[in-house]
Amino acid sequence: MKIIEKIKNMSFLANILYSILAIIFALIIGAVLIFLSGHNVINAYYNLFYGAFGNTYNLSQTLLKTIPLIFTGLAVAVSFQCGLFNIGGEGQLYWGAFATAITAITFAKLPGPVLIPLSILAGAAAGGIWGIFPGYLKAKTGAHEVITTIMLNYIGILGTTFFLKNYFKADGPVDQTVFIPESTRLKELIPYSRLTWAIFIAIFTVILLDLFFKKTSAGYDMKAVGQNISAAEYAGISTSRVLIMSMCLSGAIAGLTGSTMVLGVLHRFITNFSPGYGFTGIAVAVLGRNKPWGVFLAALLFGALEAGGMSMQLFARIPSDLMTIVQGLVIIFVAAPAFIQVIGKLIPVRRGAGLDE
Amino acid sequence: MYAVELRGISKKFGDILANDNIDLAIKKGEIHCLLGENGAGKTTLMKILFGLYSKDSGSIFINNQEINIDSPRKAIDLGISMIHQHFMLVNRFTVTENIIAGEEPSKGIFIDEKEALKRVEEIAGRYNLRINPTAVIEDISVGEQQRVEIIKALYRKAEILILDEPTAVLTPQETEELFQVMRELKNDGKTIIFITHKLKETMAISDRVTILRNGKKAGTVNTAETDPVQLARMMVGRDVLLQVEKSEREKNNVIFEVKDLSLKNVSSNLSLKNVNFQIEKGEILGLAGVEGNGQLELEEAIMGLRPIEKGTFILNGRDISSFSTREKRNTGMAYIPSDRLKRGLIESFTIEENVMLGSEWKPPFAKRGIIDEDKIKEYTEKIIKEFDIKCSSTKARVSELSGGNQQKLLIGRELLADPEFILASQPTRGVDVGAVEYIHNLLLQLRDRGKGILLISAELDELRSLSDRIMVIYEGRIVAEGRTEDFTEEELGLLMAGQEVEVLQS
Repeated sequence: MKIIEKIKNMSFLANILYSILAIIFALIIGAVLIFLSGHNVINAYYNLFYGAFGNTYNLSQTLLKTIPLIFTGLAVAVSFQCGLFNIGGEGQLYWGAFATAITAITFAKLPGPVLIPLSILAGAAAGGIWGIFPGYLKAKTGAHEVITTIMLNYIGILGTTFFLKNYFKADGPVDQTVFIPESTRLKELIPYSRLTWAIFIAIFTVILLDLFFKKTSAGYDMKAVGQNISAAEYAGISTSRVLIMSMCLSGAIAGLTGSTMVLGVLHRFITNFSPGYGFTGIAVAVLGRNKPWGVFLAALLFGALEAGGMSMQLFARIPSDLMTIVQGLVIIFVAAPAFIQVIGKLIPVRRGAGLDE
Repeated sequence: MYAVELRGISKKFGDILANDNIDLAIKKGEIHCLLGENGAGKTTLMKILFGLYSKDSGSIFINNQEINIDSPRKAIDLGISMIHQHFMLVNRFTVTENIIAGEEPSKGIFIDEKEALKRVEEIAGRYNLRINPTAVIEDISVGEQQRVEIIKALYRKAEILILDEPTAVLTPQETEELFQVMRELKNDGKTIIFITHKLKETMAISDRVTILRNGKKAGTVNTAETDPVQLARMMVGRDVLLQVEKSEREKNNVIFEVKDLSLKNVSSNLSLKNVNFQIEKGEILGLAGVEGNGQLELEEAIMGLRPIEKGTFILNGRDISSFSTREKRNTGMAYIPSDRLKRGLIESFTIEENVMLGSEWKPPFAKRGIIDEDKIKEYTEKIIKEFDIKCSSTKARVSELSGGNQQKLLIGRELLADPEFILASQPTRGVDVGAVEYIHNLLLQLRDRGKGILLISAELDELRSLSDRIMVIYEGRIVAEGRTEDFTEEELGLLMAGQEVEVLQS
């Protein structure tokens, strides 16, 4: 009896081990590339690590890069728990950012402690509504959510641009709104770091989602639909409602990416502000095995690679693009555990049972 | 002389020892049954012989020569053929095209169709295998498809035929016809290995039987010197009651009624037409039929999982036609679906998580949407104890359980709310003999406690021993209904095959 428990725990550990191995292999290949491009590997990785964790400021930059990835990673993970693949984080986060900025600007007279939560809620609601569309189409017509969310990305990104240009554009050459009021800007934790307590909102969301999937009936319904939709239907779960709900929740979390970017970093809505957070979120969710805390750790790794990569570029003169390659390699290794087994032979291959029938 | 000899074959899948040091000797020209429960290792052993799996240790002798069979190709060249449970046929090809595929007689670069047809007809004629060589596979019955598979094997000059549970999809008459063919093959000197878990068929057809239990060989016996009771004991490892005792019952109130149910399944083009029946309290109504004649549509329609064209469902005098699946389950209906892993259980979930499936919003399992894990654990432990489910813990994944234990878990969960009506579809499919005995007794206990039960089953023996009344379904219509004792097995078989039979109607 105990032994089986142990094996289960081992498979949990094995999961983490896989991820760590994936990161190590990616860094090794990254080292080869750095070497081939004529740079000093040790110098590069020293700067990478120092740039990510070396001092308080560098750590704050890592966390700053981590925040949007936590949200977009969670958004993908939430939909995936319900068996859906939300590629639409990008469009949802633009609506989130737009709604937050407009709310903060429009209701500028309200005091900060009221307006900040209101703006954040507006952002979550906008992202959530943008998520409902593909959810509804999936549940009622069977339209594949991957296709619809990709298409809705274009409409989201360009739709916010349209409204901005026509109704909310500040004077000047750049397509952006006016600044949000001082009172709605999130306080910096470390001077000049641009790291605000948005990081706590992100961690709070991780905790809430972890509890949601572990402790609530609604979270259970989502997992049941994700694991076996026929059985969920049999159990009397309204599968279409759950599918729509999960896409709405996923979109709302993606919307928070935009909210925290606007309130914490940009202080206004700017077109094309996202360097593809919604898409990086997919990679983060994959690496984090679609679990809230896994997403948190994966986002931290990606944040560190980005912050460290910039310092590597600055001080060691090595293009930070190499770190983007490392990110890509991590995902390839995580997505193909067999690959690691072939290279490493460190973990014995577990063959699926093939008994009678 | 032995046609096949396996010595000390072992095979591991992960941590599971599927075959543990098995010796098996098959005489030339005999019908040898490989008997065992699901998961006993029968199919694994035969897949090793056929070159589909590699063995971890042991050796294989064909006609007294040690041979390493590492691919099905090699097995076929040695004259071994395996007919799988799931047929390997191209649905859109004709019978002849399927048979010759890969070994076509040719004329230059063209297929010599005349020669192909001639050879196929010759084999079919020699062994009395009734087929139409030019029919397309998707248009012919399962029984015919099986005959095509057999001819395919013979066309490849098979001397040793492995048949994996060939009767699972056949009516009693088709089974008898298959046995006739097997006897013809035997008379012609062919060797047949027949994988099964059915005692009756083993007794009827085999010369010798080898019994496997939990991956180990439990023994080989001559069929003439054994009986079903001994075979069951060797299979399960303890004494098994093969017959259940059923008490007399008196007329009672109707608990569940289906009126004028019609629907059309667009994907399979099968329609239920005007299905009517009533089930009384304390009664088991059996639904007999070859699979795919509307049983699945009926069970899903009753539970609200499939839209209907017209019809009324009445539970305890109350019209529940418009109820959702959840409302039906909350009003005293329990459902054991025919495909427990597709519908009934979530394999990747733990036992606890499966116990709460369907009750995840209801006290005592949850209050205001927050799950009470202690309560779930308590109830799970109760089910595990009451239904004697073998598992490592309440947090074990359902995929780790055997078929029998999965089914007991499912039944335990469904009975938790003390339902009045139980829809049990294929309740003993893929479960071991011990669990079959348990489930049969349980169903009878429920009946004696006044529950109404609709029992849908493909096993005629099961239906005949449990049901108070039997209906037969054929192509979506109820073609006969009567008291169990009014039908003989032959009559039921004919009715299932769509033949008209004069039956006493009760």
